[in-house]
Amino acid sequence: MPETMTLIGGRSSRQGTSLCAGKFEAEYIEVSSTVEMNAEDMARLGLKDGDPVRLRSASGEVSVRCKGRTTKDLPPGLLFIAYGPLSSRLMASDTAGSGMPISKHIEVTVEPVSG
Amino acid sequence: MSDNIRIINDATCTFCGCVCDDMHLTVDLDAHKITKAENACVLGRAWFKEHGIDEKRPFALIEGREASTEEAIEASAQILANARFPLIYGLSDTTCEAQRQAVAIADMIGANLDTTTSVCHGPSGMAFEGVGESTATLGEIRNRADLLVFWGGNPAESHPRLFTRYTVTAKGMYVPNGRKDRTVVLVDVRRSPSAAVADIFVQVKPQRDFEVLWALRALVKGKRVDPNIEQVTGVPLATLEDLAQRMKNCRFGALLFGMGLTMTRGRHFNSGALLALATDLNEYTHFVAKPVRGHGNVTGADNVVSWQTGFPFGVNLGRGYPRFNPGEFTSADLLGRGEADAALIIAADPGANFSHAAIEHLKRIPVIVLDPKLTHTGKLARVAITTATYGISVPGTVYRMDDVAISLRTALPSPYPSDEEVLTRIKERVRELLGGNRVPAMGAA
Ligand code: SF4
Repeated sequence: MPETMTLIGGRSSRQGTSLCAGKFEAEYIEVSSTVEMNAEDMARLGLKDGDPVRLRSASGEVSVRCKGRTTKDLPPGLLFIAYGPLSSRLMASDTAGSGMPISKHIEVTVEPVSG
Repeated sequence: MSDNIRIINDATCTFCGCVCDDMHLTVDLDAHKITKAENACVLGRAWFKEHGIDEKRPFALIEGREASTEEAIEASAQILANARFPLIYGLSDTTCEAQRQAVAIADMIGANLDTTTSVCHGPSGMAFEGVGESTATLGEIRNRADLLVFWGGNPAESHPRLFTRYTVTAKGMYVPNGRKDRTVVLVDVRRSPSAAVADIFVQVKPQRDFEVLWALRALVKGKRVDPNIEQVTGVPLATLEDLAQRMKNCRFGALLFGMGLTMTRGRHFNSGALLALATDLNEYTHFVAKPVRGHGNVTGADNVVSWQTGFPFGVNLGRGYPRFNPGEFTSADLLGRGEADAALIIAADPGANFSHAAIEHLKRIPVIVLDPKLTHTGKLARVAITTATYGISVPGTVYRMDDVAISLRTALPSPYPSDEEVLTRIKERVRELLGGNRVPAMGAA
């Protein structure tokens, strides 16, 4: 069963260093297509580090790899992804008249990708 | 390593808004490489290492075909001179000198002008207009602050030297023991790597920053706050009371806030609440607030666009005078609604960072892009012009996140022209094509 969670986009060290090497290089692509997830949430969904998951928002869907984090670092129900084309794909263009789309709090459904 | 080595002292890293100007670079002129960047953080080292000059990129691409800079300037000028609703966007990773030229083009053709600020601290810019800003330079914070509150940001990974050069561990005139003389608080929805430097970590439920800030304002003023605040925000009342007391009792406090406030529900209200809290605290002590800015010269973009149009971003010049309206003239909205019939993008990658609807619109219209590197926007652009990297091959002026202007010192020559040069030539050619400014027919039907 897909579960609804909250996705936060942000920067990370590796996102920054791999960005300098180039957005079409393997490392940047890997960094920006990995989602961090609470380890207990992952266990409940039957996921291990590196497993593919599908994230779906009102604006689009993407497949990414997941990586577990402890509850102390990332509470249940929260997901973190480094900014990149995939995080943008889930973002809506509406800004509520502010110019700024919501990119640090996106409701997504999370579903393991079988096979 | 060859013998042809040059040492450049006090060069500047323009990778992030810290704009550290104490880089000692070792340059191997034969290998065309920066082999060492003393004082740089992990991001700065990657920035200097991957300077992108010897990538052998074509000077320009027009509809995917290799072209000279000259041909690309002509094609760009034709697009801009013929557009009815052109968008000029980006500008946060180039010099102020180049930014000036972009504003001049916008003025001449009646363009919509916006910078990456609109999708960064644009909401904080709106809050400044409403609430004001109790401000300071990073030098003052370094020398005086005994309480540092980082809110909604992760400088350990995004601005590593903000901690070591300007704030947490830096030794200052009135905080001679550095870290020992300061109390460090981090407020965030997740325990990011920045939590490691904090004495106090306050974990807020997502989208509840505004409520926490407003409760702190009440507590600072001695008003009662319902203990139920913990259910709403995830933060116990006792934690908030303690924080409010620390803020009132410090000698010099600084709130340094990130996009955890501007990119979530509330946006400019969140930034405004934090700025208002800082102002309130000046009843009791000295308190300042600063947004932590991302790109190397995003602050310069705010300054240049402000001093030339009166507004920092989201400015439309279509009627021959500037109008500011976030939500209408900001790029994420404008492109998402399918507006603009041409775009000139300088040093930004909306083709990767914007919503799907906005990117689809960029694919429909002629896009001109200036960038040292290949980007997603470069791939969809009709005209892509390779330019030299600022701070490495291009001198000029940038503004640090605290509005301090810094001059750049170059390390390596580049075969590519600077953004300033390309924009100046586009401007001159557009002026020829239009015969001067395109003054809209005021009052015409
Ligand atoms: S903190 Fe920012 S400006 Fe300073 S060296 Fe690191 S990346 Fe460069």
